[in-house]
Amino acid sequence: MAAAAIEAGLKRAHFKDVRLPVLLLLPQLAILLFFFFIPSFRALGQAFFLSDPFGNTVHFVGFDNFAQLLQSATYHESVQVTVVFTLLQNLLTIAVALVLAFASDRVIRGRGIYKAIILLPYAIAPVIAGILWAFLFNPAVGPLAQVLHAIGLAWDPNRVGSDAMILVILAASWKHVCYDYIFLLAGLLAVPSSLLEAAAVDGAGPLRRFFTIGLPLLMPTMFFLAVMNFVYGFFEIFAIVDAVTQGGPAGATNVLVFKVYVDGFINLDLGSSAAQSVILMIFALLMTLLQFRYVERRVSYDV
Amino acid sequence: MVERAPVLDGICHAILLVGVAFVCVPLYLAFVAGSLTIAEVQQVPLPWLPGDQFVQNLRTAWTQANFGRLFFNSFVVAAGITVGKIAVSLLSAFAITYFRFRFRMTAFWLIFVSLMLPIEVRISPTYESVANAALPLQWVVEALHLSSAWNAVTGHTVDIQLQWNMVDTYPGLILPLIASASATFLFRQFFLTVPDELCEASRLDGASPMQFFWSILLPLSRSNIAALAIILFLYGWNQYLWPLLFTTDKDMATAVIGLKHLIPRADSQPAWNVAMSAALLTMLPPIVVVVALQRSFVKGLMDSSK
Repeated sequence: MAAAAIEAGLKRAHFKDVRLPVLLLLPQLAILLFFFFIPSFRALGQAFFLSDPFGNTVHFVGFDNFAQLLQSATYHESVQVTVVFTLLQNLLTIAVALVLAFASDRVIRGRGIYKAIILLPYAIAPVIAGILWAFLFNPAVGPLAQVLHAIGLAWDPNRVGSDAMILVILAASWKHVCYDYIFLLAGLLAVPSSLLEAAAVDGAGPLRRFFTIGLPLLMPTMFFLAVMNFVYGFFEIFAIVDAVTQGGPAGATNVLVFKVYVDGFINLDLGSSAAQSVILMIFALLMTLLQFRYVERRVSYDV
Repeated sequence: MVERAPVLDGICHAILLVGVAFVCVPLYLAFVAGSLTIAEVQQVPLPWLPGDQFVQNLRTAWTQANFGRLFFNSFVVAAGITVGKIAVSLLSAFAITYFRFRFRMTAFWLIFVSLMLPIEVRISPTYESVANAALPLQWVVEALHLSSAWNAVTGHTVDIQLQWNMVDTYPGLILPLIASASATFLFRQFFLTVPDELCEASRLDGASPMQFFWSILLPLSRSNIAALAIILFLYGWNQYLWPLLFTTDKDMATAVIGLKHLIPRADSQPAWNVAMSAALLTMLPPIVVVVALQRSFVKGLMDSSK
């Protein structure tokens, strides 16, 4: 049989039945149709319409929702807050995870236990991470807030925007460091020992080997993690913001995904909320495409 | 690894201990706070040792937030997402890798596209879809002008309203969270590595496709299924936005949502002791899963994000 006849992603040994595969696909395609495709297209549609909160009158407004959004000061503020949050959160989690991964790669005794404990926050819901940190840094009763007060800082995330932002970043990073850590550790453990031994013979110490061999080989992983962190920061942050700061004080933690929710479900401004959804969709699409590019490239690094 | 470097190794242990403290100190302080009375939890500074009220606080939280019911809901939702997603994904992955039929690539791309948008960006239309899953049929009716056609022919006015409300039902909580194809792609990747000889042999033996699926493919996929199940259970248990939006009936909320209502707000009594004990309780099932199944958990984590 000619090789050209083999389709992408189809087993060489396959079945020729026609009805069965359709039946097999039906459950997933039905769920996707109802809960993915229709809602996604509806979001696209709504973004171009203006409707009153009760959905009685709807009329087409073209790009007006987007134009208004791009002129709105609160939207600009929200974009800014989101960018600051995701960048800082990304830097913090990758840096901490990298240091921890380097240390775990070095030590042999106790590695399993360290790893098990550092991975724990993955199991914890973002909202619970938020609640824990909200307590620790609660200006009235929180033990860590008391430490800050003792050293003379007027810490109050309920009133000071930057304090609230720090609180949200800490909670989000606490929850997410383990994710970056496990990928970076796997990457370091996969560095070929022949390379490391050759460098050692040439007189390169452990740190030098890390910076000249380990780190460059980790670059694709770090890129992948950065993309994943942005997705996490854009979307999963919702639970933390809702539980801890509710977007406040004065919009200081009003990240984009929280604003979509507030505008859509509390202010009932469906058109604007949908336009915001569409902008987030475009972002999510870009991030997924980046991720797939990484997956393709990864193959060459795997050897 | 290559040479001895006791100083560096010491520093590495110190770094890891700091990392462990970073994870454990918040959990320990939550436990301390959760074991105090409400007067003690407001002391400055907070005591370093736990008190004796932990069980009492748990009991208060349990009744106040109706956790008996909410934990049951969380288990149903987490299990439903896990079983449902794995089941539909296995079937569709089997279909697109082991069958040649028209529209195979169309189906493949339809599933592929769904990887790209998380539920957070389409919450309000998803909500509408669940509030009335018959809406698409309604559009068909309206698009075809069936009502006015009926009116023109018979002179009677019939307003066709289709309703299928899934708000506050388990399917409504579960199905929208199953609607993405990451698991399908995981299984597809795995199936592509299964030797062709197995399929050829079973065909020679006269096995039907479903027999091949049940007695050969499924047993081979066991470790992938287990790893993915852990990740999906955590995902389901920890869901927040969708259950929050979607459950208007308090009895249909999940444990994580019940916990949210225990957070002290500015105008309420600062019952952090109850909130912290409840937080520990709510994180317990997923932590038990991760600790008990550490190895599969790491595999699932790495697999599911590819």
